[in-house]
Amino acid sequence: MAITRIVCPTAAKPGDVIEIKTLIQHHMETGHRRDDIGNAIPRDIVNELAVTYNGVEIFRAELQPGVAANPFFAFTTTATETGDITFTWTDDRGVKTVERRRITVG
Amino acid sequence: MRWLFLGQTKVRIPTDWRIPVAVGARQRRLDPTCMLAIVMAAWSILAPARSGAEERRPVPVLPGHTFQSAESQRLQNDDGANPGMLWVEQGAALWTAPAEVSGKSCASCHGDAAQSMKGVAARYPAVETQTGRLLNIELRINQCRTANQGAPALAWESDALLGLTAFVSWQSLGLPKTVHIDGPARPFFEAGRTFFAERQGQLNVACTLCHDDNAGRRLRGDLISQGQTEGWPAYRLEWQKLGSLSRRIRACSMGVRAEILDFGAPEYLALELYLAWRGEGLALSSPGVRR
Repeated sequence: MAITRIVCPTAAKPGDVIEIKTLIQHHMETGHRRDDIGNAIPRDIVNELAVTYNGVEIFRAELQPGVAANPFFAFTTTATETGDITFTWTDDRGVKTVERRRITVG
Repeated sequence: MRWLFLGQTKVRIPTDWRIPVAVGARQRRLDPTCMLAIVMAAWSILAPARSGAEERRPVPVLPGHTFQSAESQRLQNDDGANPGMLWVEQGAALWTAPAEVSGKSCASCHGDAAQSMKGVAARYPAVETQTGRLLNIELRINQCRTANQGAPALAWESDALLGLTAFVSWQSLGLPKTVHIDGPARPFFEAGRTFFAERQGQLNVACTLCHDDNAGRRLRGDLISQGQTEGWPAYRLEWQKLGSLSRRIRACSMGVRAEILDFGAPEYLALELYLAWRGEGLALSSPGVRR
């Protein structure tokens, strides 16, 4: 589990457009570098961020080695009902970082 | 060794020293660092020599982010986007994490950091009364760990130490920098002031030549800042992570081709104190975002 930071409103009115910002601490090793003695450093990046709202996917990003360390995403969605917004980051080692935020709509 | 006269200063040059122009068989254009070296070397000859250490501050005192691009400033000001906030989050988690042997966390003694740590970072570096040592925040945290928590000191530039430093600094966000330079702190302050004014390194320049005399002017693609410290630890885009003020100062030593001292070296600590005084009144803004 990596360290994350999520800025997401906790309450909204139905139909409100809400902005969500996410950061994850990750070194995003490109796989193109070599260490001091010439061995290739294996690629290790966050390759996917998927976000669901009450189980329905609302945002998905596929990341590539050119993305800088500690990737940041901001996106908007429409507040429809009270529920959980779930964020899942997956990296090349298969480590999944999952965070949930509750939003009350009404 | 042989001697070279640069302006009024005599410097010792190793015999294998070459004029730093890299025009190899493959590389026909000037290496940027070599260009910098040439510019700085020429400058060190032409710039007037300073007579002793002076006690002066820039007018007006400008925070570090003033010299950054609009994009970097926006990143710094948005705590949902500022990547340095990841280390603040990490520090917040460590604040309440019990140490292995003693089971004591920072919070066991200090409680809510929002109360107990408010304004603390603004007062550092400071002299520890019992030992008379000058401590910056990193050293103070490690001192607390070893003496009170029975835990090993955290390594310099480890994410844990950066996180705790950033978290403690965050509690002073917006508060003015005010350090004590009198009494037991005076010798450290004097040492820092001297370090700032003395020429050093192969390029034979002093901190003051850039950060007092030429702040706001361009050095190749970069805008020279006043060398203020209110935004540190800061996320440096070049490093792709948060870094301490000590690491930034080491990078400056490398830039002027001076000896890069160890983390926590007395010279750097004294310099941190002098720099804090020099930027007195600036609102703390760590984690800053720098190019």
